[in-house]
Amino acid sequence: MTELAGEANVAPAPPRSALQRVLDSDIFYSFTGSPVTIASAVITLLLVAAALLAPLVAPHNPFDPASLSIADSLLPPVWNKDGVSDYLLGTDDQGRDVLSTILYGMRISLSVGFASVLLAIAIGVPLGLAAGYFGGYADAIIMRVADVQLTFPAILTALLIDGVARGIAGPQAYNDVVFPVLVISIGLSFWVQYARTVRGSVLVEANKEYVLAARLIGLRPIAILFRHILPNVIGPVLVIATINLALAIITEATLSFLGVGVPPTQPSLGTLIRIGNDYLFSGEWWITIFPGITLAVLVLAVNLLGDWLRDALNPKLR
Amino acid sequence: MSVTAPATETRGEVDAPLVRIEGLTRVFDLSKRWLNRVLEGSGRITLTAVDHVGFSIPRGETYALVGESGSGKSTIAKIAVGLLPPSAGSVSIAGVDIWRERDATVLRGVRRRIQMIFQDPYASLNPRWRVGAIVAEPIKAFDLVADKPARDARVGELLSLVGLDPRDARKFPHEFSGGQRQRVAIARALASNPEFIVCDEPTSALDVSVQAQVLNLLRELQGRLGLTYLFISHNLAVVRHVATRVGVLYLGRLVEEAPSKTLFADPRHPYTRMLLDSVPDIDMTGRERVPIAGENPNPISPPPGCHFHPRCPFAFERCRVEAPAFKPVAAGHAAACHAVDEGRI
Amino acid sequence: MTPTLSVRNLRVDIPTRHGVLTAIDDLSFDIAPGEVLGVVGESGAGKSITGAAIIGLLDPPGRVARGEIRLAGSRIDNLPRGEMRRLRGKRIGMIFQDPLTSLDPLYRIGDQLVETILTHEKISPAAARDKAERLLTEVGIPAAGHRMASYPHQFSGGMRQRVVIALALAADPALVIADEPTTALDVSVQAQIIALIKRLCRERGASVMLITHDMGVIAETADRVCVLYAGRLAEIGAVRDVVKRPQHPYTAGLMAAIPSLSDELGTALAQIPGAMPRLDAIPKGCAFHPRCPHVFDRCVAERPPAYATGSSDAACFLHDPQRAVAAAGGAA
Repeated sequence: MTELAGEANVAPAPPRSALQRVLDSDIFYSFTGSPVTIASAVITLLLVAAALLAPLVAPHNPFDPASLSIADSLLPPVWNKDGVSDYLLGTDDQGRDVLSTILYGMRISLSVGFASVLLAIAIGVPLGLAAGYFGGYADAIIMRVADVQLTFPAILTALLIDGVARGIAGPQAYNDVVFPVLVISIGLSFWVQYARTVRGSVLVEANKEYVLAARLIGLRPIAILFRHILPNVIGPVLVIATINLALAIITEATLSFLGVGVPPTQPSLGTLIRIGNDYLFSGEWWITIFPGITLAVLVLAVNLLGDWLRDALNPKLR
Repeated sequence: MSVTAPATETRGEVDAPLVRIEGLTRVFDLSKRWLNRVLEGSGRITLTAVDHVGFSIPRGETYALVGESGSGKSTIAKIAVGLLPPSAGSVSIAGVDIWRERDATVLRGVRRRIQMIFQDPYASLNPRWRVGAIVAEPIKAFDLVADKPARDARVGELLSLVGLDPRDARKFPHEFSGGQRQRVAIARALASNPEFIVCDEPTSALDVSVQAQVLNLLRELQGRLGLTYLFISHNLAVVRHVATRVGVLYLGRLVEEAPSKTLFADPRHPYTRMLLDSVPDIDMTGRERVPIAGENPNPISPPPGCHFHPRCPFAFERCRVEAPAFKPVAAGHAAACHAVDEGRI
Repeated sequence: MTPTLSVRNLRVDIPTRHGVLTAIDDLSFDIAPGEVLGVVGESGAGKSITGAAIIGLLDPPGRVARGEIRLAGSRIDNLPRGEMRRLRGKRIGMIFQDPLTSLDPLYRIGDQLVETILTHEKISPAAARDKAERLLTEVGIPAAGHRMASYPHQFSGGMRQRVVIALALAADPALVIADEPTTALDVSVQAQIIALIKRLCRERGASVMLITHDMGVIAETADRVCVLYAGRLAEIGAVRDVVKRPQHPYTAGLMAAIPSLSDELGTALAQIPGAMPRLDAIPKGCAFHPRCPHVFDRCVAERPPAYATGSSDAACFLHDPQRAVAAAGGAA
């Protein structure tokens, strides 16, 4: 063998563990370098933790009708002269503790949000992969369906599906399926962005030589798509997903606000805002304002995280 | 499993060339969509990227295909390895017509023996895969080594063979330089124990000193493993160092073919001569050059007759009308030129 | 006679989160009026950065940390941005590698030329159009009047590069910096473009700094050549000297590794073991010493300055006159 082995001037650098690579990476560096991002991440984590641990953390269970007492309704927050320490942020018109309802409501908001984003990804990414890789009729059909989908505003699509489900299931059975229906209706209105982004990235990657090398050894298209191309196009999907999450939460809140989302016995942040809306000008401001602030802060934090992720993953900005 | 020349499994054709390409033609349809064509009244637009190209490569030799952009060399490379179907013609490797063979087992067997090394070291390795997985992939695809530890050992062997450290298997491509990546690509190409490797401009994107290392590596591997190469390049000086036989392409047609020594000593076709003259004179010999005329025409609408006639100092009426046939000039030396055929040059 | 360009002890630093990388380290050279200087090096040697530093277009956070750059005697490395901008195009013309991205695809060729001319000269638009047409004819574009109305995508690669050359020469600059002007072109076109650059610059008395990795192009075109390695000067001298009698071991290795038409058929190429060090791993002492066949103790510890060797100047201790004296003294 020739002296080609002497390529490295020093001993080859030892391979690093996965954790080491994360800590060394440019992404982690940009994360720690931005106070806004760190703050957003902390806030998001706190809110998510609070929602997950709601049964342990919340002083009351607002979803249990037995624990509610009309006598306690419309109490102001604790720092008000009429406030009671039992209900830190006051109560709504049915005697539900606003703080507890916010915590439980966030669970609904976050779970519906996550689930619908996951559904949108599960629909959009494979369709985008297929459209980009196979081209021709598959591409044309998928993209035309996407175009049609985009002509309908997300809320409208969600309302439509919701209404149809309600009609089919009837008001009684509807309450049992309301969550899957919500997730499906929101998820179906968002898949298009993923499909389009992925399709664009696939068009670029599919011509690269590592894909040719894979075809050369006879790999089937499915294997090439999922093992080779998918890892390389998933970056933008993460960014869209993060920003989408915020949008999904708002959409669910809007639907609940409009009265076509979650049932009134299991209020989400949106429902609370709607309930409180009626009382806003008669003086019981806390029913709307506190859930509103929570929603705004949650959505802002998630959006900022998404912004950071997009910039961090953009090689040109590094 | 040690590294030796692979056993030959030809179908009884021991002396025949390993690779035989005949009448290869590839036409691309670049027309606009039907509706556009109807509305605009435009016709179909086709691009004949490869026009009846044929050559053969005996086992253990290197055939160089030389041409500039638009010559069709990359298209021929892709057809030869099975990535792009031809419009006409055949590619036979070890006696198997890879585009007409119906038996899946036979086809798979042949596929294992063909490999390719690409031009761009940055795009030819999946950036998300570790180098070890990249090199192991052909081994897995062809079920050559079933047992993981043995496979890892084989990957280590291959990496050493190309001058890298076996421990590099855990790294990602971006941790390597361009030259090292190309070595990884070579290791991957060797993983399936191929007999025939198409090298598509393997060093065009590399620095000169790295190019020398990679070319020497390819040469050494050929000697050790009995490999057959189809070497695609636009650089005649590089070709001089690697090729046994050279074919010159212009706008999809083979215009001259000769053993390496003859082509450089006695080029006949005017385009070959022009190409040789364009190579910068690094030895500063002050050699005389024929002035170069014009640019490569658009391959979509090439000049009629002999494609080269607008730039050819020896062109005359017949060249504008009739495409020259590829005819022998001397033993093993052929050219497609009326002037050469008529003995005028 | 004042050199058109004079670079002294240039140092370009790139601060990163891992530390400061020195992309160019103590580089000095001159370009005389009308001369073609080739700046040669492999990837990462710093040749493009040198061009960018001279013209004031270093990508931040890269910056000129030390040294002086003088154009016809006056300093230009410390000019405010507005003045540097006026200088660019007017007194220094640039030709970049990729003609596809050098021209704005949305504007006609004629309009881009006229815009450049009007930016640097106070003449009427009609006079500018005339000058643009003459320039296009000069660079070899047939039916120039007609082609003024074409868009860049309607030209071939070689034609586009000719337009870029016309743009660079539009304001009659004293210095033209050409960064890999032919790398993206076909071989048969390369020779034409190189000849064009050389002829036009000679006719106008402009100096040329020709940056490339292709020694062949240098051998054909340049008067003098400067070889860079890991951001440092390895050798500089007349082209004939450096190409035929390289004095620095790197240059010698490089020349030996280049395949040429007069090489013995089918032989192996001479190769230099190892690879050029990355900027964050430049060895102490002479940057080339780990790969050098003639390395000795001093090379590992000290960085060699450029020594005059009788033909070119080489930064290598082999050419230290003291060493020759000491050796002679020792032997005596």
